[in-house]
Amino acid sequence: MRTARVTPSLLPGFGPALGVTLLGLSLVVLAPLATLLATSLRGSPAEFLAAVTTPRVLAALKLSFLLSLGAAAVSALLGLLLGWVLVRYRFPGRRVLDALIDLPFALPTAVAGITLTTLYAPNGWLGKPLAALGVPVAFTPLGIGVALVFLGIPFTVRTLQPVLASLDPEVEDAAASLGATRVETVRRVLFPEVLPSLLTGATLAFARGLGEYGSVVFISGNMPMKTEIAPLLVMTKLEQYDVAGATALAVVLLVSSFLLLLVLNRLEAWAEGRRR
Amino acid sequence: MSAPRSREPRAVRLVLIGLALAAIGLFLLVPLAAVFVEAFRHGTGAWLAAVSDPDARHAVKLTLLVAAIAVPVNAAFGLAAGWALGKFRFPGRNLVLTLIDLPFAVSPIVAGLVFVLVFGRSSLLGGWLAGHGIEVVFAVPGIVLATVFVTFPFVARELVPLMQSQGTDEEEAARVLGAGFFKTFLRVTLPNVKWALLYGIVLCTARAVGEFGAVSVVSGHVRGATNTLPLHVETLYNEYATQGAFAAASLLTLVALAAMLAKAFLSRHAGEEAP
Repeated sequence: MRTARVTPSLLPGFGPALGVTLLGLSLVVLAPLATLLATSLRGSPAEFLAAVTTPRVLAALKLSFLLSLGAAAVSALLGLLLGWVLVRYRFPGRRVLDALIDLPFALPTAVAGITLTTLYAPNGWLGKPLAALGVPVAFTPLGIGVALVFLGIPFTVRTLQPVLASLDPEVEDAAASLGATRVETVRRVLFPEVLPSLLTGATLAFARGLGEYGSVVFISGNMPMKTEIAPLLVMTKLEQYDVAGATALAVVLLVSSFLLLLVLNRLEAWAEGRRR
Repeated sequence: MSAPRSREPRAVRLVLIGLALAAIGLFLLVPLAAVFVEAFRHGTGAWLAAVSDPDARHAVKLTLLVAAIAVPVNAAFGLAAGWALGKFRFPGRNLVLTLIDLPFAVSPIVAGLVFVLVFGRSSLLGGWLAGHGIEVVFAVPGIVLATVFVTFPFVARELVPLMQSQGTDEEEAARVLGAGFFKTFLRVTLPNVKWALLYGIVLCTARAVGEFGAVSVVSGHVRGATNTLPLHVETLYNEYATQGAFAAASLLTLVALAAMLAKAFLSRHAGEEAP
């Protein structure tokens, strides 16, 4: 693998290409995000703190963080199951099912939102039997969790699949020939190999869940203090002309996303190191 | 590729496959089926009426217009980023790569809010533009900007790693043989990355057509004016016009399915481009 150094290089066009890249990045991403930070700094730090620590905001943040975390954990478990079955076993229909994993990526979030709500509503296909069992789903925190798991599945499956496919079966043979049971091999040989990718996938799912709006607003019911997620509260505050409040909460979400990006960079470096 | 040997007892294997089928069925297949069942609940006639309603047709047109602007902008940006970040190494390159990924991590609501802050009537820029008769927020330009923001990384993140792994040997050879920049780019670089470029464009288009949160903040939800197709779905659903909402949603779902098919087809070709 060879990449040209900036100077001297036979290849032209570095300046203009980098110029277009940085200009696009600045105009579309950086300047707007900087405006958000600047707007939030207009008030005093005390005002900012007051805006993000009202009981309603704290309840929304807590709900968003806890549910995204729980959904990421469930997505991780489902990712292990689905990734393992799709990579290791051969059965009819496997390729179709594998392609279906991308559905939550491809389906517009509003469509996912109204569909899940209709399915899990008290009179829906899935909501009716669940309600009869005493487990209401739509318009409860559980419903938000279901929507976030739906979104999270492709993140964990797609990060785990390449790692599971690259595992050398001879290592498992070696463990078995040294007397390890299958369970021991899975737990002590395979699991440590996939752990970095599992955490990467779960973090991606968590980050996506934290900011998600479309697939959640319909199923959540949006009751303040109970089922109101943080991104929705930003929207509500904006509609009520509470720009300062909306901006402050948006900054909390933005900083969280940025921190998660840094965590992801570290996780990917760890996963990369494992692979060598 | 031959099937890898499996080391679990047959019973364990069958249970795991069964659980996986149940999970995919429950979480993915049932919702997919539900979209079409609800869309055709009152028959094909009702579906046709819902999708040919003037508001629905306007929403489809606006959605296509937004995608027709956002996708080429992204493709051009992705190619520039691929050339600058894939073919050259320079200090700060990793930072630029991380910043390009930022829109993936930012909540769509935050993305929308940001453009309201920049171009709203109360901002300097928004006030100035409004004074010259240009509306951005609650109008089409705002929807386009929000869409460009959320789809920003799609093409670049496909092209940068690929162009980096392909190196610069072929381009240098073309230069030595006397080809200019544009000839080198069009005849050597572009053919080498065409499948990955298409792959990025497909992902970008799917997201541009389906974006909801960011667009929802900046659009103002004016029926027949600033409602994109996903917003039209929301409007109908909130008015309890469930069948109409699902009819519009079924169009979006068809786009999603087409994108998934194209993705499956292109990812095979894109894989061949990696050296």
